[in-house]
Amino acid sequence: MPHSPLARAALVTLAVLVVGAAAFFAVAWRPTIALVAAREKPDQHEVARGAELAAIGNCIICHTRDDGAPYAGGRPIETPFGIVYSTNITPDEATGIGGWSEEAFRRAVREGVSQDGHHLYPVFPYDHMTKMRDDDISAVYAFIITRAPVHASAPADPLPFPFGFRPLLAYWKLLFLDRGPVPADSTQSDEWNRGAYLVEGLAHCGACHTPRNALGAEERDKAYGGGESEGWIAPALNAASPAAVPWNADRLFSYLRTGWDDEHGVSAGPMAPVVHNLGTVPESEVRSVAAYVAAVAGAPTPEREEAARKALARAKGEIPAASEGAGPGAAIYVGACAQCHGEAGRHPLLPALDLALSSTLRNPRPDNAIRIIRGGIHPVAGAAGPLMPPFADAITDAQLVALLAYLRAAFAERDPWNGIEDAVKRARNMEAQQTRAAQAARNTP
Amino acid sequence: MIDLNVNGNVQQVDAEPETPLLYVLRNDLKLNGAKFGCGLGQCGSCTVLLDGAPIFSCLVPISLLEGRKVTTLEGLGTPANPGVLQRAFIDEQAAQCGYCIPGMIMRAQALINVNRNPSAAEIARHLQPNLCRCGTHAQIIKAVQRAAQLMKERSLTR
Repeated sequence: MPHSPLARAALVTLAVLVVGAAAFFAVAWRPTIALVAAREKPDQHEVARGAELAAIGNCIICHTRDDGAPYAGGRPIETPFGIVYSTNITPDEATGIGGWSEEAFRRAVREGVSQDGHHLYPVFPYDHMTKMRDDDISAVYAFIITRAPVHASAPADPLPFPFGFRPLLAYWKLLFLDRGPVPADSTQSDEWNRGAYLVEGLAHCGACHTPRNALGAEERDKAYGGGESEGWIAPALNAASPAAVPWNADRLFSYLRTGWDDEHGVSAGPMAPVVHNLGTVPESEVRSVAAYVAAVAGAPTPEREEAARKALARAKGEIPAASEGAGPGAAIYVGACAQCHGEAGRHPLLPALDLALSSTLRNPRPDNAIRIIRGGIHPVAGAAGPLMPPFADAITDAQLVALLAYLRAAFAERDPWNGIEDAVKRARNMEAQQTRAAQAARNTP
Repeated sequence: MIDLNVNGNVQQVDAEPETPLLYVLRNDLKLNGAKFGCGLGQCGSCTVLLDGAPIFSCLVPISLLEGRKVTTLEGLGTPANPGVLQRAFIDEQAAQCGYCIPGMIMRAQALINVNRNPSAAEIARHLQPNLCRCGTHAQIIKAVQRAAQLMKERSLTR
């Protein structure tokens, strides 16, 4: 039967579409891995080892919402593409990963694919977890699968088009998921190699501290150059670190172990629960992480060492402030901040950082300073730790802008921040969005 | 000179702009409800309301307060005619030494202004920044619930 040219073109188009769709799904499709009805009780030592590894991996932070049961998910995670709620990874059959075999768990960790075959968003840092050794994945599985099952679902808010269409993630992985182990470096110490394995893999430090490209993948050539996490700046860990005094392995260890270092200050924002977890694992693991991160930072230049000497001398009151300043910002600092941060007011039992040593004030943007002043610094729930009171209800936006401009000029030895007003608005919007999302999570049965 | 609106009265205060509100309340205005505990924003005994929200008055310089409304314990009632929450604290005998109680009452007031039916857990979470070393927490929670209930019944608004 003869076809008109139009019909022929339509047929060809249809054929191309069908073949294209088939090819697309051939790449994107993943099989379901059958659920298991029962499994042997894991060895207790394996569970204990898994607990340590899960603490280094900080699984509990994202997979627990505020006031929620551990590992039961529902925490809203801000991403540039919208909010993703973490999943319930307790062994609940209906809402958690109760029936997952170790094979299904391993595939999720290595490839970012759920038990039923759907692709997981890389907000779950499988681009790092994929570097874990098999036996470590087994231990974490043994730990997770022996937690108390909790019936809890997360809000099922899809990301906006096209990100809500998960098969596209298969292509993201083709571009950005770099599988395979962390290569060992025989020229480095065992400690460094252990640190590399943890930092590049399980501990996924780069997930926050490395900048991401427009598709949300880490920019490998800018590793540890500073990124973002839930509206906070995750400062650069490499030579671009904003620290007034360059980090070294000992200082990193004390900070990562206790959440405080007297030349750098206290962990805050999304980093606070990280150091809380690192306080629970063997000391040698934290020393390894510190050794590797110190190597990432590299040896400081003579200019940085000179600047550090100056900042330390200022903090000790040996040299006066670069810019004392006056005006409304200075009065706010004296009345609200100096009672703890100022030399005269410093309390031996409540160490507060001299702001000449503040990394936050030396960050390229004021975002963290705004979050800290508005929201304060709080210990992890139930734990002891430094407490800075929140000032959100005490200070107007205009007063906060004046204070920030003063602090930057008086303490940071950097150019003034641009766009402080916009940053305050941005922080307020982020706070409101996070409150709404947390509320939505609480209201989901 | 700074104009301060405290409990509805606008008063001129002659103090340095960085002076903490607590010092002005107690020393200049003779309002001794708010207490000096730690002076570091750690204990909550200096809590007052600023435009309805609880703040630590020991860490808020008066330069921040132009055009804003401060409410102290004295603004809630008098010994002869205590406010609903003050009455409830008395009825539940929620004070031991009493030093933290003005701060507790002020922070609790901020809660029951917006929530007339707070659960014990909500009250505990809300009052978490305020410390009580005597340990009357159970009575404090009951007092807040009693006051919230009364306010609901009377449909009072403050």
